[in-house]
Amino acid sequence: MTSQVSSPAEQADGAVVGEQRKAAGEKDVRRLDRVIIRCAGDSGDGMQLTGDRFTSETASFGNALSPLPNFPAEIRAPAGTLPGVSSFQLPFADHDILTPGDAPNVLVAMNPAALKANIGDLPRGAEIIVTTDECTKRAMQKVGSDSSPLDDGSLDGYHLHPVPLTTLTVEALKDFDLSRKEAERSKNMFALGLLSWMYHRPTEGTEKFLKSKFAKKPDIAAANIAAFRAGWNFGETTEDFAVSYEVAPAAKAFPPGVYRNISGNLALSYGLIAASRQADLPLYLGSYPITPASDILHELSRHKNFGVRTFQAEDEIAGIGAALGAAFGGSLAVTTTSGPGVALKSETIGLAVSLELPLLIVDIQRGGPSTGLPTKTEQADLLQAMYGRNGEAPVPVVAPRTPADCFDAALEAARIALTYRTPVFLLSDGYLANGSEPWRIPDPDELPDLTVQFAQGPNHTLDDGTETFWPYKRDPQTLARPWALPGTPGLEHRIGGIEKQDGTGNISYDPANHDFMVRTRQAKIDGIDVPDIEVDDPDNARTLVLGWGSTYGPITAAVRRLRAAGESIAQAHLRHLNPFPHNLGTVLKAYDKVVVPEMNLGQLATLIRAKYLVDARSYNQVNGMPFKAQQLATALKEAIDD
Amino acid sequence: MTDTNALLQLVPKAEGRQSMRDFKSDQEVRWCPGCGDYAVLAAVQGFMPELGLARENIVFVSGIGCSSRFPYYMNTYGMHSIHGRAPAIATGLATSRRDLSVWVVTGDGDALSIGGNHLIHALRRNVNLKILLFNNRIYGLTKGQYSPTSELGKITKSTPMGSLDAPFNPVSLALGAEASFVARTVDSDRKHLTEVLRQAADHPGTALVEIYQNCNIFNDGAFEVLKDRQQAEEAVIRLEHGQPIRFGTDQTKGVVRDPATGDLKIVPVTPDNEADILVHDAHSTSPTTAFALSRLADPDTLHNTPIGVFRSVDRPVYDTLMADQLDTAVEQHGKGDLAALMTGGDTWTVVG
Repeated sequence: MTSQVSSPAEQADGAVVGEQRKAAGEKDVRRLDRVIIRCAGDSGDGMQLTGDRFTSETASFGNALSPLPNFPAEIRAPAGTLPGVSSFQLPFADHDILTPGDAPNVLVAMNPAALKANIGDLPRGAEIIVTTDECTKRAMQKVGSDSSPLDDGSLDGYHLHPVPLTTLTVEALKDFDLSRKEAERSKNMFALGLLSWMYHRPTEGTEKFLKSKFAKKPDIAAANIAAFRAGWNFGETTEDFAVSYEVAPAAKAFPPGVYRNISGNLALSYGLIAASRQADLPLYLGSYPITPASDILHELSRHKNFGVRTFQAEDEIAGIGAALGAAFGGSLAVTTTSGPGVALKSETIGLAVSLELPLLIVDIQRGGPSTGLPTKTEQADLLQAMYGRNGEAPVPVVAPRTPADCFDAALEAARIALTYRTPVFLLSDGYLANGSEPWRIPDPDELPDLTVQFAQGPNHTLDDGTETFWPYKRDPQTLARPWALPGTPGLEHRIGGIEKQDGTGNISYDPANHDFMVRTRQAKIDGIDVPDIEVDDPDNARTLVLGWGSTYGPITAAVRRLRAAGESIAQAHLRHLNPFPHNLGTVLKAYDKVVVPEMNLGQLATLIRAKYLVDARSYNQVNGMPFKAQQLATALKEAIDD
Repeated sequence: MTDTNALLQLVPKAEGRQSMRDFKSDQEVRWCPGCGDYAVLAAVQGFMPELGLARENIVFVSGIGCSSRFPYYMNTYGMHSIHGRAPAIATGLATSRRDLSVWVVTGDGDALSIGGNHLIHALRRNVNLKILLFNNRIYGLTKGQYSPTSELGKITKSTPMGSLDAPFNPVSLALGAEASFVARTVDSDRKHLTEVLRQAADHPGTALVEIYQNCNIFNDGAFEVLKDRQQAEEAVIRLEHGQPIRFGTDQTKGVVRDPATGDLKIVPVTPDNEADILVHDAHSTSPTTAFALSRLADPDTLHNTPIGVFRSVDRPVYDTLMADQLDTAVEQHGKGDLAALMTGGDTWTVVG
């Protein structure tokens, strides 16, 4: 049997850490420190669900993981075609890992299109599970092939498992009262069962999940569970699968605590609810559905018992408009969107800058310009967030670095908005939104205090001794203006987008006043208290790699590889992009070379070159996918050697 | 509509007696001398004490345009926002603060051109807003271009050979957008304007009040036929719920339903047809007759223009439904527990 199995040493990333041993079922079990699996099929094959479940099983087993969902914008592209291929990649390991991995060790291909779309990413020796009953002549023609890869020799060099997945699934469900078409739908669960067997995943969670997901259709739940178990049993009994693999829990990678797996959008949603609790303000979301941000709207809509109001508006502009109205009324107001939505919201963001009211603008960035690549990731909205408004309209920008970090970043954005009475951009992206990682669940008592002091009475004495309320009289420390809520007697005031007189807030066209107000609004944002940037530089490197946002994982993985190879490189990662940490200039000037990898054409590099006169070099990728660690390591090595 | 509506009860009442003066802000009013906006401002300031709400719980939200300066002159809370967006902003405020009385002030350009989308969606949702639409059939603040209510062929700076687009009829539009309260009044008729405001304020849900307002600089006399006492008697149809729809000198004209088409038409009233004269029913569940009334006016001459409340019906109010869902969620799941939420389903423990 073992002769059929490729040598584990040839596999892309997984290293064998344990010898083969015989399990109770007479099959070989190998221990690996890391595995990367990828499932690919039609958009309608349920690949994302399969991936989600495998991720949950893996997380609850205690492995470190870093999944990458990858799907087309079309909900159901024509079946069996290359544009319709949807995939899910999951690396998991017994140690801390930071990226979805460069090359999968295992590919599950539900049809020829999925095989063709993904084979290029597979190293020789990788395992491929192919659904043979989908490899018909017609299916091959749809992807432009005359011959079946199963017998034309094109898969020589891979470790191929031809499995009649559809037939086996239908067979396993023959006792259920289902049409053939309905039974076929469970083939993703069969595949999940097989994978779960191969990698010793716990199965209780998935069975529980299926029961709850199909609670109203117990027959469908039972059929899916039957398919799932049949997949497991198939691995256990068939001779083709001679070896299964164990990846030990990554106990050392995680500090003590209670953990769960969490996606970026879910963490961000929880962060907003937590911020509302910590601020003791009701949460108000005004939003219009847009990929990849809609999941935040969906999630928050489920938590009305937290006093959360969600308003699905008629358009992006009304979404932020309603949020701004709620902010005027004293809510913690949020709007969620992606790049095209930000473009539409720009005028209202400018109004919020002028009104100086707290407002969170969550931008889950995707490929642009225009509609761009709705389901792919990119970091190309940074300059839009910084400058995409008429007039001088500075807005703070905060960017999370990992999926779980979206929780903390949401709290931080809320802190800035509430303290400084300003709109704040929270720049996540599609990779963070749909990716997930283990998250140490915080104790609510650990969370920051965000309570706000509303204006309660007059704050100014006129020359004649009259006590009055000035809506634009600022806090001398923060330069924030008072937040006086409608319903507070004696503080009636009018605000608007026309330039206001300093202090009184009355309309003013006075040139000197406008100059003063423009500079004061800028000074308020420049003076925001943000923590210093920390530099990870164990060996006094001469080259610094500076990142922001979701590139944290790939950059850190690349830095580890370089250091493991004996290179010296320093790493720093920005959470605050406006204002920058006050020590950033000093940090940048301490290095001979500064490299800025970004999933855009150099937007952060442009900002730091302009502000600090540093000869930062860009390393850019805009293909809709996160950086691969190896490719980044190579680029950084070139910079070091240059 | 009988007693003060239940939603109005959520807004705190004023403690002492109020007067018109209480609602005047310290800001100098800067509309052109002779502008119809002055009359509307005076009518609103004069009506507010009658409403008797705590001044601090009243908010005026506006967009951009001449009329949108309105909030600066009201000694209440106010926001002068951006072009066309006032209904959206007011929606966020009204749905999050049911203890406020929220008024939107807008114009024909603001509400029907750039903000058309927000207006129709506020109306269909039935958010608890009172929308005062100042219609002067012209762009004033940008100095005289034709507006979406200007008559076809309007000669303006941007249409020297005449405008090419047919106008909106705001009342018809609002009825088509499922509005639960639609009325029309005229800036110069203080008594009528006040009565319409009274009914609008008392309406639970979105109330749209179209106010014909004279721009004496760029479109002077646009509504003269409705204002001149003699001409108005012939031109204006005053709608009163429960009353036969009659107008003209000595009430000699009346509105009847044309049995052939089902549409409405105007006839001289005779002893023979007197019983057929349509009785106005603003509370009719169907908006059909209200819509037919909105089509009676000649868009060019404004002859046969109905004013008053076209439609006033009760239907569920968005803010109430939203608040009810929050209450239901608490009843069903208990008050939100952050620790439980964050923990979710599948967890594992790492021990040190």
